[in-house]
Amino acid sequence: MPEAKLKIFERPKSFTDVVTHYCPGCTHGIIHRLIAETIDEYGIRGKTVGVAPVGCSVLIYNYFRTDFLEAPHGRAPALATGIKRVSPELIVFTYQGDGDLASIGMGEIVHAANRGEKITVVFVNNAIYGMTGGQMAPTTMPGQVTTTSPMGRDVSQAGYPIRMSELLSTLRTPAYIERVSVHNPHNVIRAKKAIKKAFKNQMEGKRFTFVEVLSTCPTNWGLTPDEAQNWLEDNMIAFYPLGVFKDTYYDNDEEGQK
Amino acid sequence: MAKILMKGNEAIGEAAVRAGGLHYFAYPITPQSEVGEYLVKRLPEVGGVFVQAESEVAVGNMLFGAAASGKRVFTTSSSPGISLMQEAISYIAGAHLPAVFINIVRGGPGLGGILPAQSDYFQATKGGGHGDYRLLVLAPSTVQEAVDLVMLAFDLAHKYLNPVMVLGDGMIGQMMEAVEFPESIKETDDPMTMDWPATGCEGRDPRIIKSLYLDPQALEKNSFALADKYKKMKEEEVRYELYKVKDDCQVLLISYGTMARICQTVIDEMEEEGVSVGLLRPITLFPFPENEIREQAWKENIRAVLSVEMSTGQMVEDVDKAVQGRKPVEFYGRTGGIVPSPEEVKDYILKILGKK
Repeated sequence: MPEAKLKIFERPKSFTDVVTHYCPGCTHGIIHRLIAETIDEYGIRGKTVGVAPVGCSVLIYNYFRTDFLEAPHGRAPALATGIKRVSPELIVFTYQGDGDLASIGMGEIVHAANRGEKITVVFVNNAIYGMTGGQMAPTTMPGQVTTTSPMGRDVSQAGYPIRMSELLSTLRTPAYIERVSVHNPHNVIRAKKAIKKAFKNQMEGKRFTFVEVLSTCPTNWGLTPDEAQNWLEDNMIAFYPLGVFKDTYYDNDEEGQK
Repeated sequence: MAKILMKGNEAIGEAAVRAGGLHYFAYPITPQSEVGEYLVKRLPEVGGVFVQAESEVAVGNMLFGAAASGKRVFTTSSSPGISLMQEAISYIAGAHLPAVFINIVRGGPGLGGILPAQSDYFQATKGGGHGDYRLLVLAPSTVQEAVDLVMLAFDLAHKYLNPVMVLGDGMIGQMMEAVEFPESIKETDDPMTMDWPATGCEGRDPRIIKSLYLDPQALEKNSFALADKYKKMKEEEVRYELYKVKDDCQVLLISYGTMARICQTVIDEMEEEGVSVGLLRPITLFPFPENEIREQAWKENIRAVLSVEMSTGQMVEDVDKAVQGRKPVEFYGRTGGIVPSPEEVKDYILKILGKK
């Protein structure tokens, strides 16, 4: 009986009907989906504005049925600040990779976080520059081979990778900072919860929410999708521990009294 | 409204407010920091937005995001700060967004100095950042004109969906003069009635605001769409003023901003001494009053055209282009914060005329 069919899985309404350009095994698609589901579930598609980065996910605006701005490299938090300040009724999120956010955009992310901009930042950390062809990122693991660290990242020259969630959680203003991963189903479910919580915080008017998502880049890591998921679990999580780094909400006025 | 005495920088801030420019993002820099100090008190009174950013790079990009809302947004800065905003200005132009940038120019290059100069003419009028784009550039020569042009700048930015620059100088910013404002704050258009801003896609198709076109055909199309706007500006927006340009003028001065006021003194004094000199003062630096300069310069009585600037010679290249070699084009300028005195300009004119 066709009437009795129960739909248990469908394409999120916040997605366009476009095939993404991502490589096989790349986890951008999963992270996009978690955001799209979140927007659907909260019914906020009509008032959401996304800000795209420069990097592999520069074309994210083709995949979402929401308004979108395309930022210069690293500046998405500044664009998000601008539009959210003048149109506070909007829900504004940025989607940024590690080259974009942790290298060229370090100034913008730290100050947007510290001012407590009421935006949500989804930070995709795959430890490498993807779009430009696999160069060393500020998040590249010690010893990791990239096209600009062919002998492996040399910490005596390049320093150690930057842990953005830890760095930003030293600031008092942000409301919520969590690091998650999407390398297996269990972690995908946790990542969804974190993204939903970040958006929820923003909808409630709370200040600056940040979800770091550990992600794979099989193409530039030189691994199969399966191997890449294992590499992430074996190498990245030890250096980039998963968990909630900050979940406190200081109201402006209360904060002033303390 | 009665005239009030006001410092240029504060008058610029108030002018923006009266024009409905209620969304201000900035970073402090001499000689224009008073604009922000004025607006941080003024904007909350009118429900506006004031954000002090971490850098001018961030300011430009905050304006990019804010401009996408369809509301009237602006910043003020000075030369080194404007250099840092060039990235965002290029993107804002490429994305066809309206934003107003006010540059209270100081001497350069590099950190330069903090005194008035006109050495950012090239940067303002020739593009500044990367790519095929222009700014519409307005150059006030009095505090009242700064007020008028700041208000006009918002209208033009929204008319063309293009960034507009008001190119003042440290003198305009720091000087106090009597000014008059419109009685009330301008009612601006509701972004919900526009067909381009990112207002949230409720009840309509999503909008993408971007400057990325990987398809060369599409990028070329966007670049020519920009070029069409600049052509239209050349046809419709050229503004200039003539001062004592008479049939017996021997030298035609071309000068803008603070320098043009000094040229007026030169002309008045020389008139008394029996030497007839006239001034064409460009008010729009882009579009440049090229045809108007040519028309005046080619008149038989004109022996030479003299571009007088607070730079080592920038606008003179456009004057030269306008005159097309038919008359000698001369240049006189001082820079680094030094403003030429009427005497030295006068001496140079006499030299051109072979009287010294």
